[in-house]
Amino acid sequence: MNRPQQPPKPADYKSGVHPVWCKGCGDFGVLAAMTRAFAHLGLPKEQVAVVSGIGCSGRIPAYVAAYGFHGLHGRALPVATGLKLARPDLTVLAAGGDGDIYSIGAAHFVHTCRRNPDITLIVMDNRVYGMTKGQPSPTSEPDFAAALQPEGPGVPPVDGLLLALASRASFVARGFSGQPNELADIIVAGIEHPGFAVIEVLSPCPTFRPEQREWKRHVQAGLLQPAKTLEEAMAQVIAAPALSTGIVWREERAPAPMMPRPESVKELATMRARELAWIEKSFHP
Amino acid sequence: MTSVLRENISLAITGSGGSGMLSAGELLLRTAAKTGFYGLLTRSVGPQIRGGESAALIRLAHYPVETHDDHFHVLLAADWNNFHRFAGEIVLGEDVLVIVDEQAGDLPEMVAAVADEKSILRLPLHALARELDARVNMVALGFLGALLGMEQDMLRAVVQDFFRRKKRDRFIEPSLAALEKGRELAEPLLKARGGPLIATPGKPCRDMADCGARWLISGNRAVATGFLQAGGRFVAGYPITPATDMLEWLAPRIGRAGGLLVQAEDELAAINMVLGASFGGLPAMTATSGPGFSLMVEGLGLGVMAEIPALIVDVQRVGPSTGIPTKSEQGDLQLALCGAHGDAPHLVLAPDCVVDCLHTTAWALHLAERLQCPAVLLSDQKLGQMLSITDAIPPAPWKAERKLKESCAENEEPYKRYAITEDGVSPMALPGTPGCLHTVDGLEHDERALPSSQVEDHAAQLEKRHRKLARLEDWPDEEMAHWADIMGSGEVAVITWGSSAGAAREAVRMAADEGLHARHISLRLLWPPQKNRLARLLEGVRRLIVVEQSHSGQFLHYLRAHYDLPEVVVSCRRPGPRPITPRQVLRALREACEMKETFSERVCT
Repeated sequence: MNRPQQPPKPADYKSGVHPVWCKGCGDFGVLAAMTRAFAHLGLPKEQVAVVSGIGCSGRIPAYVAAYGFHGLHGRALPVATGLKLARPDLTVLAAGGDGDIYSIGAAHFVHTCRRNPDITLIVMDNRVYGMTKGQPSPTSEPDFAAALQPEGPGVPPVDGLLLALASRASFVARGFSGQPNELADIIVAGIEHPGFAVIEVLSPCPTFRPEQREWKRHVQAGLLQPAKTLEEAMAQVIAAPALSTGIVWREERAPAPMMPRPESVKELATMRARELAWIEKSFHP
Repeated sequence: MTSVLRENISLAITGSGGSGMLSAGELLLRTAAKTGFYGLLTRSVGPQIRGGESAALIRLAHYPVETHDDHFHVLLAADWNNFHRFAGEIVLGEDVLVIVDEQAGDLPEMVAAVADEKSILRLPLHALARELDARVNMVALGFLGALLGMEQDMLRAVVQDFFRRKKRDRFIEPSLAALEKGRELAEPLLKARGGPLIATPGKPCRDMADCGARWLISGNRAVATGFLQAGGRFVAGYPITPATDMLEWLAPRIGRAGGLLVQAEDELAAINMVLGASFGGLPAMTATSGPGFSLMVEGLGLGVMAEIPALIVDVQRVGPSTGIPTKSEQGDLQLALCGAHGDAPHLVLAPDCVVDCLHTTAWALHLAERLQCPAVLLSDQKLGQMLSITDAIPPAPWKAERKLKESCAENEEPYKRYAITEDGVSPMALPGTPGCLHTVDGLEHDERALPSSQVEDHAAQLEKRHRKLARLEDWPDEEMAHWADIMGSGEVAVITWGSSAGAAREAVRMAADEGLHARHISLRLLWPPQKNRLARLLEGVRRLIVVEQSHSGQFLHYLRAHYDLPEVVVSCRRPGPRPITPRQVLRALREACEMKETFSERVCT
């Protein structure tokens, strides 16, 4: 990779497209942390790809100066997986919301954790469906009353970190959009981690969950500490308050196998005539 | 029983679980390929995961065959357990020869109805196998090999090779002994008939170089090979009958071709992985069947909107819902054509025989890449799992070629991923290309790929996505020659898509022998429709028979909606899993020639 002459600045990684997000949305902090992390790592912009699903979080690729893929609700992880396996040379991030990743995309989340592709996932958790205007999400509190569920969901929320650990994610952390420097550090660590990094970000929704504006008073930064065993990591997640941040789990595990780096895609289409002949031989009676 | 030597024979080999009749069928076909026959084998199995009743249905001929005959000339049954389950698929001819184990008991009604006592041989198949500590299928194989005039040495070599590959060397000796016993059992019959049931074709092959002239290949493997030949290098899939064996065949091979295969957690993931890999620049596909394809429709729409090439192979099975997983039907045409919500133009193609599975797959990938659009390839269980002896298939001439944007200069205006172009195709900048940063989107967008809900952008982008495909009508004929296959001439035409073509082609040949001249048209490109091209193929046709394996007539309705058809149209259709056979189409041809009314819907009888 050719690093630029001047050290890049976070602003270099902003696309200039104006976000659709509401004033005070936590997602601005996530965007700031991402661009800080990219600048810190000095990533060439064209070598970064950000893949997202649908929801407020899904808009983030267009706001980053990188290649982006704004796909289907819940399906960011399979797209990111296909992209990373096909193009190991790229730094691939996936972004999604709590509904995107823990509800409609929950199966993909579990299996991506298991598969361990070298991708960094950022789950922007605001405990509500913002884009569809305020329905309870899989991380909503049981008593969060909304038009669609006037009594509240009445069921326990999904614990994303616990689910990630149980699914054997090799890097698990939580950050807070209100502390973009700490979050940027976590994202840097996630990108540097050679495997699937799950970073849940507490990202308040001032519009449909105005009470979350108080999160900044309650977040306990750095409370989560890298555990030595999976058991310990799970115990920490269960014991710690939901509004605590830090990296709780890091494990060296072989990432999902990827394509051998092709010199060029064009060449690939015509290469290996010898191997194709070998394949044809299997049809000889 | 006739003593005239045939050039074409059909055999059904059946038995209950553990009798190994499917293996016997495959080994017989392999030996036939080495002996110089053409032929095919389909398997019919019950719903059991392992074991249960099974039948190997084989046709051998001196000329290439694409489909089963109307009836079977030989039935070999190790027992009659659950035989009735195949009754609808194994139609016995009046001259049938039935070979059955002597302990099997009373003939099933459907067998007794056609076979007289003279044509039934009760033999100690199981007893001989037990004596030798071998399996009954080896006795059966020895018997059938002799009956078909196959050289015992060839048969022995094939059996040896089979067990060596499976690392079951200890079975070789008893199996060879059982083969010999089977051959001995056939001797009285051969003597009485004065020779084997079918003439031995041309020259058998003695070494690999010779054998290479013939291939033993299934439609699923041919699809996989066509994909690799055209430059396909990424596959993601989820296990589903009857597409799984394509994925399993690719898994150990795609790496050697420089590619990668991933088993996804579901079909939603599979299609999205394919889109991700293709966004990265790799020609990619997934293989599935109806239930999986239903799930992938979401991704199909995204591929259309974001203009990402992808190949979706649907090996159709009987539907709807879980349907009949192991059996064939042409029921997914409507879903393939109209599946995605919104106006979502995409390619739909169908191979029409096992050999064509290779070529049409390569063409589908080529078109998908060139038009930056998903392509659905509709194969089916019949083609996919039919093991066929073919001539060596020449390599497909099509490659995956995508129009790329190689770089964007800094002083250039911002890169337009979805630039409005004359032919609707916009040069694609792959991730890694400096200066062309953009975010592809499933949201409607403007030329720069930025989300847009404006009337003008939607209209312009819709039109562009439509135009890419519509332009195929203007492509030169030589580039589009593969879109359809035409055979014969005459005022009566049979039109098919997909696997029904085999029966139709054979029917048209039989009709010609009767002096009835007809033509057969097989459509391989189903979307976009080629109105003018079909009009040319239909020139002079006064009566058209639409043949399909569908209850509702999906193909008929498609043709009516998008093409001008001749005045007299006959819809000849039946649902799966009963196959369309040559004589059904022949009967329809004869009837169509005498028809007075202008439209007729009928079940192919």
